[in-house]
Parts: sequence; structure tokens; C-alpha cells
Amino acid sequence: MPLDHPQDLTIKDFKIVGQRPLRPDGIDKVTGRARFGADMNAPGMLVGRVLRSPHAHARIKSIDSAKAEALPGVKAVVTGADFGAVKDGLDDGMLDVLVNCMAQDKALYDGHAVAAVAAISQTVARQALKLIEVDYEVLPHVLDVDAAMQPDAPVLHEEAADESVPAGFSKNVVRRYEFGHGDVAKGFAEADRIVERRFKTEAAHQGYIEPHACLAAMGPDGQAELWVCTQGHYMVRNTCAALLGMDASQLRVTASEIGGGFGGKTTVFIEPLALALSRKAGRPVKMTMSREEVFRATGPTSSSSIDVKIGMTREGRITAASGELRYQGGAFPGSPVEFGAMSAFAAYDVENVKTVGWDVVANRPKQAAYRAPGAPMAAYAVESVIDELCKQFDLDPLSVRLKNAAVEGTTSSFGVTYGKIGLSATLEAARAHPHYSAALGPNQGRGLACGFWFNFGGETCVSLNVNADGTVGLSVGTPDIGGSRASMCQMAAEELGIAYDKVRTVVADTASLGYNDVTDGSRVTFASGLATIQAARDAIRKLCGRAARMWGIDEDAVIWEEGYAKPAGGNAGSFEPLSLAEIAAVSARTGGPIAGHTEVNADGAGQSFATHLVDSEVDPETGKVKILRYTVFQDAGKAIHPSYVEGQFQGGAVQGIGWALNEEYIYGEDGRLQNPGFLDYRVPVASDLPMIDTVIVEVPNPGHPYGVRGVGETSIVPPLAAIANSVSAAAAVRMTHLPMSPPRIRKAIEEAAGR
Amino acid sequence: MSQIHVSTKINGDATEYLCEPEETLLDVLRDRLGMTGSKEGCGTGDCGACSVTLDGRLVCACLVLGAEAQDREVGTVEGIAEGDSLHPLQKKFLEHAALQCGVCTPGFLVAAKSLLERNSDPSEEEVRYWLAGNLCRCTGYDKIVRAVLDTAKEMRSA
Repeated sequence: MPLDHPQDLTIKDFKIVGQRPLRPDGIDKVTGRARFGADMNAPGMLVGRVLRSPHAHARIKSIDSAKAEALPGVKAVVTGADFGAVKDGLDDGMLDVLVNCMAQDKALYDGHAVAAVAAISQTVARQALKLIEVDYEVLPHVLDVDAAMQPDAPVLHEEAADESVPAGFSKNVVRRYEFGHGDVAKGFAEADRIVERRFKTEAAHQGYIEPHACLAAMGPDGQAELWVCTQGHYMVRNTCAALLGMDASQLRVTASEIGGGFGGKTTVFIEPLALALSRKAGRPVKMTMSREEVFRATGPTSSSSIDVKIGMTREGRITAASGELRYQGGAFPGSPVEFGAMSAFAAYDVENVKTVGWDVVANRPKQAAYRAPGAPMAAYAVESVIDELCKQFDLDPLSVRLKNAAVEGTTSSFGVTYGKIGLSATLEAARAHPHYSAALGPNQGRGLACGFWFNFGGETCVSLNVNADGTVGLSVGTPDIGGSRASMCQMAAEELGIAYDKVRTVVADTASLGYNDVTDGSRVTFASGLATIQAARDAIRKLCGRAARMWGIDEDAVIWEEGYAKPAGGNAGSFEPLSLAEIAAVSARTGGPIAGHTEVNADGAGQSFATHLVDSEVDPETGKVKILRYTVFQDAGKAIHPSYVEGQFQGGAVQGIGWALNEEYIYGEDGRLQNPGFLDYRVPVASDLPMIDTVIVEVPNPGHPYGVRGVGETSIVPPLAAIANSVSAAAAVRMTHLPMSPPRIRKAIEEAAGR
Repeated sequence: MSQIHVSTKINGDATEYLCEPEETLLDVLRDRLGMTGSKEGCGTGDCGACSVTLDGRLVCACLVLGAEAQDREVGTVEGIAEGDSLHPLQKKFLEHAALQCGVCTPGFLVAAKSLLERNSDPSEEEVRYWLAGNLCRCTGYDKIVRAVLDTAKEMRSA
């Protein structure tokens, strides 16, 4: 049984992969038994709560917690000073995480944590927060990305910018990125027409329904346990260990079931505070965020300001494209503008292309990843301009995209030369779909847009244990955020030739497996899947070895076929094939337990492309938009569990609908967030929407044994653009500011009419 | 402040507890009775993750005080299956992959069951409006709506 190189697509006729079995964690989730972050308790547990800054920008002159500490039932109070000892040893990125979790000398946004308490009850903890006296010196603040770049803008950090930023910029401009190739001036000269526009998008939140929650317990010996809802418990372990000055081995982190993340749970917020409180109080501490805290003090995505300029021939060929992207990423460096600048034109084969990205800080919460971070807003700007050029030339927007589509061999705008990719296939699928030619009524418009995401592989470690009864236990280190345990069971069962329900997959804690990167970058089905397949092949090699021993022949003389060890040809001898169960049953006598392992830093994730098609209707009187019809066409490489692939397509599209039409962070003049709740930050509800149709396109990824490409993120890249193109057509005016809320649409219609 | 003694019925079982006057039914269920199936997504009645029934009426447990359950009947997600036999809605949610992360699922199941008890043949639009008080951020609602419609169809023909 040779271990295949990933490029060998050895299995063509799948038996279990591609089916839609019930998910193994399903019963727990429909009966209320599944345990999420807030569903765990411990004996002697305290309640932790956080005091947050009411100011967008303020110097913290002093914090007096004496009265709170004296309140009966209060067991510990921590402030920035409690983390003073570790600060010097942290690199810049880790120091930013610390300062974001607990303010040091300045509060940098409304909601920034300034102190935390642990008490015997919620009631006492709330009372204690009121007794903490913080002396603030309120400073001028800045919220808007373009305003923050002005030379006279209030400055958040004196020394956050690096050498990429030219002299003369505000200190809030902290990074500059540039990508591209060719000669854009020459390309624009070759164009028959050039369109240049500025777009703005507002900050949106991932909006996972489960607020952050954790339960920390640290003993006087320094050993600690942490139960937490997170996309990456190894990340939590390493980060918390650094922030608390602990050895990583002393902190065991267990990932709970996770109630949504979408990138927002790829960092820490309350976890280091819970550990610090537990260390100080000597008792377990549970912390849960309120929804208001989630909005004010976790990581929404950036708001953006983008200029895009595209030149096109009258035949629809793009001759040159350039973009300047400005993203504010909240109070610390790290907005996803680099990804925005890389991905903006990544769907197209453009000879002359250039993008510049500016990373800007502002008095808002530190952004966290949100599903294809940085790409949706860039795609919105680019696809809007392409749409406008198509309209000016009266060209079919689908044909124009097909004409310019990136294909195998295209050198992308960010430098990579593509291998096998599926953009054209998604466009062809859209053209063939009845949606593309369906009739439209008055005040209705159709929008089309394409989207790209890089996809990621990353560090991955799995163990596959063959039990003596012929079943298999699979341990993975990537939290299951949308059905991945089902996919892992399918891939293991497929490879081993056993039934789906003979495999049980668990997400192991940090003490049980080597390091695993966070569940992000659409990487789990790709990377943990690849590792699972390789671990199964490792186990198969060992199973063949055991069969050889049982038969008394050479290991090389045993092959594995369709779930059985068989002698390799007549010379190997004549033996009845042995199943996994038969070999496992006697494993104690043939060498002990049988297990397969993989440790890999997976590459070859395979880029992902999608085309979205949407019809909307605009009420010209109220400015309200109704989504009439929506279809997603996306390349999945190979859909392991098609239902959950469709679910990713539909979920991404609907998050995009929310971002395009309703969702935005609204601040007052005082810099305080005015809509930190689901009533005023309105995410799409069932009655807002039609069914979301999906078409799974499968262009196998050569980098995965079964051809898998990640599917989780690409689905949110085209919607902003597709919906904007649809609404712009329906309202007969180009919409350049998201979300396209009723007041913005009314204003645009009135301005276009010259009223 | 002294605690309030409450006698109530939860999923058919007589239950007693003490609670603070300001404590919500959701906190009582989760923190005092260990029934963590009902989730707190917002605490303000906007997300529906804590949907329960109170004397058969669909409510958000975060908007009901624990003390209000006195002499009433509370229904939670833990009471939907009968023993090891799943309710048709629970089966259809699994078959249709109507959940991804699953944190909103208990609320959707309680709300959908409440709908089907009132209307055995809801239209897609009726399902969407009935469930408009339950937020799901993962699925885009498509598979949830299909699961509910399919359950209604199956229950009608049963």
C-alpha cells in the first residue's frame, strides 16, 4: 500500500464521500444536549465580568478598585497592571492582543476592557463593577477611515506605523501594501473607456449567535484548564500562556461546541482575563459576554473606502485596472487590507494591474477576521465598476467576465500563477441556469458578480485509532464549526473501506494532539481532511503489516483493496482477505494497538471562485430592497458532504445580503456605538429572504487526495457586489455606499433625479 | 433580598426552585436547573435562541422572570423528544442539514413545533414570518424552512 502523493486522485468512484449522511453530533444538537461555551460549570465556580470604557479615546489616569475588592462576595479584581510583568517579553502582535483584552494606559474605543472582577454571583459582580473608580482624561477620537488618515486626525499610537508608510502621513496610517504587474498607464491608454469610482462600506459584525464564553480554572501549582468556544484552541492556549507567563504545557484547552464564528473567534478577548481572575481567586471562573459586549468589544470587520479604476475595450477586454484601498481595522494595526489589495482583481486575467492598500487605525474595536477577510469590500468596488463598463458598452456582464476570467496559467494580480481553477466553470454554470434568463418586472434588477478566495492549509495533526472491535476513533484538532466531523468520518470511512457510522470523530483537547492551526481560511475539510486520509493510509500500512504477520509472509506482499488486506498476487500465497475488523480483533497478539497519525503543514489548498446571481426589487418610495431570487455557483473541488457545502454557500450569501442591505456599526458624535444589539443591528431574518439556490461546481483541486477545495469563505465575496449591481439596476442609479439601507437608496434616487 | 420559591411544571415534570426576583426564566433553567438546551444569544428577546413555551405560548425565556413560572407549564427543547424517540422536526432538521453550528437550533425547534401545533399546513411565507424571531447566522434559513415544511407534510400524512 503506497502512500499516495496528494496529486494522485486514486479514488474515482466514491462510496461514502459525496453522500449526505446524518452528522454525528446531530442528536446532541437537536435535543439540547450539546455543550457550548456557556454550558459548562465547575464546583466552586465564580462569575467573571468586565468593566468597559464608556469613552472612544481616553487616557486612564488611575483605577481604584479598593471599594470593589471590599464588597462581600468579590474574590478577585484584575486591571492592566496585573499583566505588567509579561508585557516586555511580548512581540508587537501579541502585545496588541494583550492591550486589546485589557487596556493599559489608554482606552482606545467604546467598550475597551479596563478591569475585570470575579464574584460569587452575577449580581455581586455587577455591583462590584460599579464600585471600581476609573479616572479618565477624555481625548479626541476618530472613527472614519478617511478622517483617520488626515494629517490633523487624533492619533491613537505614536509608534505603530512601520517603514512601509511614506513620510507625511498621519500616524494612524500604519502599513502600506502594493501588488500588481504590467504598466497600468500603458493599459489605460489602450482602453476605449475608463471608469473610476469611489466606494465606501461600513463595518459589519460576524453576528455569531453564541456570545463568547469560557470557564477557566487555575490551581496554585500553575496548572490550568480552559473550556472555551473558539475556532482554535491551540491558538487560545499559546496566546493565553504568553499573556499569563505560563508554559503552554501547563494550560490544557478544550474546545466546546461553537455557536458560530465566521472568523470572529480566531482570537482571544475574555479568556486571558478569566485565567488571571482564576489565578488570583484560586477558584474556577466562568465568563460570558453579553450581546452588547460582543458588538462593542469583539472584532467586527473593517469599514473601508476604496477607489477603483478600470479601462476596457469596447469588446469588453480589460486593459488595465488599479485600486487604492483604505481599511480601518479598529484601534490596532492588522486590518485585512492586504488581503483586499491582493484579492481585488484576482478573478481576472489582467495584463496591467496595480493595487495599493492602506492599513489605518481608528477608535473602534480591533477588527477580527470575518469570512474571507478584506475580500468582499474589494470585490464590491471592482465588480461594480466592471458592471458599469458593461452597461456603458451594452455588453453582457457574464460574457465580459468570462472573456477576462482567470484560468489555469494566469498570473494573478497578487503574483501567484494559478493551477487548475474553476471560475469559468461557475460562469458557464450561471449562464446555463434558468435564473440567468428569467423575466424581470418593473423596479427589479439583476446583478452578477464573481468572487475569489485564497484558501489555506496550515499546520494540522490528527490521530486515527483502530479499535479492537473494528471501529475507528478519529481525533482532530480543528473545532467543528459547521459539520466537519461528518466530513472527517466520511473521508476516514471511505479510505478504510468501513461504514460511516463505524468512525467517530472528536475534537481533541490541546494535551491530546500536536498543534493545529485555527479553523480558518476554509481549511478544515481540506487540511484536516487531507491529514485524516493520510492517517488512514498510515493505519492501512500498519494493518497490512499485521496481516502479513498473521499470514507469515512479507509486508510487501500484502495489498489493501476495498477495505481488505489481500495477498499481492499468486506468489504471495493464497489467503482469505482480512477485513479491518478481523485484523483489529487480534491486534494484541500481532504487536499491540493499531493507529495512524499525520503531522503536516498542508499546502496546495487550491483557490476558490464563485459567481453569484441575484434579482432584487427596489421600492422607489421607501427605498426598501427585497431580494427576489438568489443563486450561488461555486467551485467546491469535491463536495465531501454536499448538504454542508450548500449550507456554506447559502450562509455566506445571506451574511452578504445583510452586509449589503442593513448591517452597519452606527456611532454617535461621542464615539459610542449606538446599535449594540440585534434589534438595531439588524441581521437578515427568515422573512427577509427567498430560498437560496446553489449549484456545486466540481473542478478537483490537485492538492488534495479527493480534490477538495475549501468552500467556507468564498461565498461571502460576491454578494455585496452582486446585490449592489442588482439594486443599482433596479433603482437606475449606481450605489456606491454600503449598506444600501432605505435612506441611502432614497437619497441616491433623489440625487439622480436632481431633486 | 430574599429569594422567591417557585412551583412549576417543566416538560411535564413538577419542579420547584428558588430564584432572585430579578432572575430570568432563562437563567433559572440554565444556572439553577442545569437545563442548558435553551441558549442566551442576546438577553433582549431579539434572537429567539432561548425560545420556550409558557402554558403553550411561544416566549423568549430571557424576557420572562423565573418567578412568573409559578403554577404555569414550561416547555423547553429538552422536552421535544419522547424518551429516545425524536420528534419529526428533530429528524427533519438532521435530514435536511438544517443546522450548522447548532446553537440556534433549540430555539428554532421550539418555535417550529409551536407553529405546527397551530397550523398543520403552513405556507413557506407563514413559516418564514413565524420564524422571523429566531436568528440563524449559519444557514441562511433555506434548509430550516425546507425542514419545517417537510415535517408539516410528513405529519399531515401520518
